[in-house]
Parts: sequence; structure tokens; C-alpha cells
Amino acid sequence: MSVLEQIKKQFSRIAVTEKNDRRAYINADNDTAKAIVVYAVNELRLRLSTISGVDTRPGVELLYHLAADREARVITVRTLAAKPDLEINSVTPEIPAAEWVEREIAEMLGVKFTGHPNLTTLLLSDDWPAGVYPLRKQSFESRQELKETEN
Amino acid sequence: MLKQIFKWGLRKSLWVYHAGASACNNCDIEILDMLTPRHDVERFGVTLVGSPRHADVLLVTGVCNRQTAPRLQRLYEQVPKPCLVIAIGSCACSGHFFRDSYNYVKPIDQVIPVDVYLPGCPPKPEAMIDAVIKAVAKI
Amino acid sequence: MAKETMIPIGPYHPLLEEPEFFKFYVEGEKIVDAEVRVGYNHRGVEKISEGKTYDQATFVVERICGICSTSHPFAYTRAVEDVSGIVVPERAEYIRTIIGDLERIHSHLLWVGLAGHFIGYNTVFMWAWKYREPVLDMFEIISGNRNHYNMFKVGGVRRDIKESDVPGLLKAIDDVEKFCNMLLKAVIDDPVIKARLKNVGVLKKDDAIALGVVGPVARASGVAIDVRKDHPYAAYDRVSFEEIVMEGGDIFNKAAIRLLECIESTKIIRQCLKQMAPGPIDAAVREVGSGEGIGQHEAPRGECIHYVRSNGSNNPERHKIRAPSFMNVPSFKLTVIGESIADAALITAAVDPCYCCTERMAIIDRESDKVLLTGAEMVRLSQAKTERLKNKCLY
Repeated sequence: MSVLEQIKKQFSRIAVTEKNDRRAYINADNDTAKAIVVYAVNELRLRLSTISGVDTRPGVELLYHLAADREARVITVRTLAAKPDLEINSVTPEIPAAEWVEREIAEMLGVKFTGHPNLTTLLLSDDWPAGVYPLRKQSFESRQELKETEN
Repeated sequence: MLKQIFKWGLRKSLWVYHAGASACNNCDIEILDMLTPRHDVERFGVTLVGSPRHADVLLVTGVCNRQTAPRLQRLYEQVPKPCLVIAIGSCACSGHFFRDSYNYVKPIDQVIPVDVYLPGCPPKPEAMIDAVIKAVAKI
Repeated sequence: MAKETMIPIGPYHPLLEEPEFFKFYVEGEKIVDAEVRVGYNHRGVEKISEGKTYDQATFVVERICGICSTSHPFAYTRAVEDVSGIVVPERAEYIRTIIGDLERIHSHLLWVGLAGHFIGYNTVFMWAWKYREPVLDMFEIISGNRNHYNMFKVGGVRRDIKESDVPGLLKAIDDVEKFCNMLLKAVIDDPVIKARLKNVGVLKKDDAIALGVVGPVARASGVAIDVRKDHPYAAYDRVSFEEIVMEGGDIFNKAAIRLLECIESTKIIRQCLKQMAPGPIDAAVREVGSGEGIGQHEAPRGECIHYVRSNGSNNPERHKIRAPSFMNVPSFKLTVIGESIADAALITAAVDPCYCCTERMAIIDRESDKVLLTGAEMVRLSQAKTERLKNKCLY
């Protein structure tokens, strides 16, 4: 049984789109998404390649890219950290590989990962202004603010 | 008189210190390339030193980001004067396209004084040797 | 209790976002804790890329890293092609494979040279860099530049390999293979190098899986992942080569894997040059539709993955980049604890984050904040240990 079928069997109420035989996308709510990712990594031994965060109108979309190396397939689990809180449960306690990835997203997009052991600055400078998230779509204003802090 | 001695001291066997300021490392490997057998500038006494306090020439690569700009300034202060600063690569000269970045602060020549600009992405080791020669000629 | 001293190592390092600043806490000679601070090289490439067109962004991602400057365009173009299912002509696939694997050779040789320098084998350093030059010459013949080749574009490659260049390239690749074999013998059979590198900085298999490390670092720990084999792409499924996996996870394994991979890469390039049939090199992409795509490439340091979302306009709506070292660097903490300071330089180098960081090491006394040891002295410390071992082995 392929990995994707196993996931489908385990979690019945999820929307799966198979774009082609190498890419599959799963839409799920926050809790189910976490459950799928943890199940896939710890039980099915998939590899968490990375997590992409995309700033959209309703919130920050999080895409967990899971590489199924034996089947030449990348399964992406998509969920939404809704505005205005942008809160979501961290997967780091279960999957140590996610630690840096989540830190990066927290700092670039302002997503709050609850339960993350060490959510400190990773990439931005020590004097980076608090509350400015460079990869948000509206950060053009914040770029202006940044210019001001330089002066 | 003292100035003359300093200038004389800078004319031969330049010791270089390589300061990478948020570079993509390409100029940096080309600098090392300049020192390895193919180009071998060690023939002329040019060696890479491990501390800025021993350096005659500072080779700066990359763009200054918010985190490195103050550190580059401190590094420059540690180099015994007079010294030469060569900005290697398009990033160090002009900021390349990284000048659009939110993490870009200001051009390197506004952080520290630059003597020779060497554009190119990355400049070839031959061009770097030429830059060092031009820098020496400037003295 | 012995006084704990903090050693900062850093901060510069090449890849996208990973110039690190290490803080090692030591008791006497032994490292008891480590912290990493990155961000010295953060240039916001993802944001810049969102402001460029699809064509311009290939140049942007190329400048993320100078050593593996093909891996990012490779993954990026594959991601964009994945958005709307663009099919790349066969000849272009071969040329991409050649560039990708030439780069692996030059990157691995560079690492071997630097590792040799750290353990005090400057001859290895000079020789490895000397024989790296023919590889750069091949790049110059193919692309016109020694580094930053600008060969990739969405839907194909920018330049063709001329038929008249092929014999010269085949000869050059033979020379490179000969040298790699020689270096492999020199490194693997040398008792001093063995004594120096065996069982230093061990990353266990379970830890490697848990931390999600990729590339040679994972393969040295017995985790068989290689994008070229697992997710066949470009021309990698049309050539035969071996995936090198070793158990052990120490620095010796990592060095051996990199050298063996160089030899495999020469095989790949030779097969590609011979199999390549004439044909178009560009799919002439007019527009990229809306949707999302994922592109992977096995860079010299491991899996590089790009995610591109397109809304149908001419620039990416979101472009996420994950460089291989982003996964590999956190493994330092596990490998370095319990080792001595003399090995710290080597262990930090073993993951292949390059010399930039290790060159700027300094040991600082925690109370007075005074520099006790500089980077050069750290390397000297490491070299002295090799010297001691050499004397023990030989006399």
C-alpha cells in the first residue's frame, strides 16, 4: 500500500489532490494537519523536507512538504494559521527536524508556534525591530519603517 | 618621513585579510584560488593571515547586512593603518541586486573607506591580482 | 568543577541563510554545550525573488551560494516547470546533469582541500585545489564563467555544449577521475588521517533521521537518501551510478563519501557526454500558468528544495527556498558535545559549511570577554593533534 493510501485510510475526512504521480496535496484543518505530519514522519518514516509559509488574505498558509523517498513522491500537507492570532501547534516536540524551520517561519511571517521549545531569533539581526515580518505581503510599509530606524 | 616608511612597508609582501560581509562565497573561493598553485600569489609574498591585526590589505566581499555592518566597521578599526581596502565583487562595489533587500543597510564604501573597486560576479583571480597591483601602485 | 569557558566561532558562512556564529562551552578541553546563531549572511533572497520575473529570478537564486551555484537554479527551474508541467528537451536535461555533477566534483574537492588544511595536511589542500582548476576550466569552456554559470533557464538551458568541445571535456574528466582515485587512496590508506578522523564527530543513524539531515552527512550515517536516486529527474535515470552509503557517521566516512561521490560524478558526466543526442535545448516557455510547484535537486551538500507559487502573473507570488545546510547545521550540536576543542574546527567543517566560519574562530574567556585563542590558533591546535598522532603512528 502506498504511503498516500495509508494516510487516506488513517484520516478519512481529508481532501487529497493528486496533481501528478509525483506531487500530492492534502488540505486539512490545523489539528488534523499536525496529526498527519506526525503520523507520516514517525510512523510511515517520511522525511519532513521543509515547511513553507505563504502570507494570504485569511492568514498564513503553512505547507508541510513530506518527501516519500521510496516512492519518488512529495506529499504536501496544507493548513491555515488564521488571522489575527496566527497561532498553530508546533510539530517540533514530535519532530526535532522542524525546530529551525519553524523558527524561521515564526520570525519571517510572525506565526506563533505553540509548544515550540526555543522560538528565538534565528536569521534576522539583533537590532531588528519587533513586530516587523519581512515576508508578509504588506511589509512595504514596514520597509519604510526600517529605513527610518536606520537613520 | 614616517609616512614614507609606512608607504615603503606597504610596497612588498602584502598580507591580506579576507573579510566576508554576507557574501555568496564565490568571490571568497576565488580569493583562495588566487593563493593556490594555479595562480600562486604567495610567490610575491602575498599570504592570507588569520587576524586583521596582521593585515596590510583588507579584502571585502559581499553586501553589508544589518548584522555585519557594525562588525565590519569594528574589523576595520583593528587593522593597523595605513592599510588598503579592496572591495571585491559586484556586491561589495554596488550592492548588486541585493540592494533591494530588506536586510541591506548601505554600500560598503559608506561603512569603511575603499581604495580599489573590483567589479565582477565573481572577478577572476587574474583580475584580483591586477587589483592588488593597482592598489600598490596607488601608494 | 572546572571553570566553564565559552568559545565563539563565527560568524560567516556561505549558503543562503547560514553564516553561523557558534558558541562552545568548554570545561578544560572538553566541549559541554554548544549554541548556534545564524543570520550574518541573511540577504532576503526570497523577498527579492518575489519582485523579479521568472527569468530574472534564476539569476537571483544562483547568487545565493557561490560554491553550489547550480543547485538553486536547478531546484528553482524544476519548481517553476512543476507549476504547469513544462517538459524540458532531452538535450537540455543532459546538459543540466553535466553542470550539476561537475559542480559536485568541484565542491567536494574544495571541501577535501579545506579539511586537509584543518588537520595540518597542507599538501592535500594545495593538491585538491590544484586539481579543482581543470573542473573550473571545464565550466569556462561550457558556460563562459568559472563560477556562477548562468546556464539554467525555465524550460531548458541557455547555452549548448559544442560538439567540438566534447573530446576535450572527456579527456579532462578522465584526468579528474585519475586524480580523485589518487586522492582517495592517499586519504583512505593513510594511518594518520585514519587515526585523526575515525570516531570523531559521530552522528548516529537515529539522530540523523530525527534531525532530517540530508546529503553526504546523512549518507555517512547510513541513511540512504539521494534525490538523484529517490526522485529521478533530469538525466539521472538515464545514466548508471552508485549511491554511496556508509555506516559510522564520523568525519572519516564523510570524507570518504565525498571522494567516492566525485568518482561517481565523473562517471555520470562521461555517460552524459557520450549519450547526448543533438536537439533543441530550450522549450521556449512563453508564460507560466497559475498554480504551485515543488522542485528538488541533490546539491553537493544534500537535498535543496524550492517551492514556487504562481498567480499567473510574470513573477512568483511566493518563493520558498530551503538550502541543504539548513537541515545539516543543527546536527552540529549533537556531534560536537563531548569532543575536544582541537576537533571543533574539524567537526564544524565536516558538515561542509566551508571555511568562512571556521576562519574566524576565537576562544573567549566568559568572564573577561577577552580573546584567548584566534581562529588561526584553533586550526594550529587541530594541526598539532595530527602531528602528535603522526609521531605515534610512524615511530
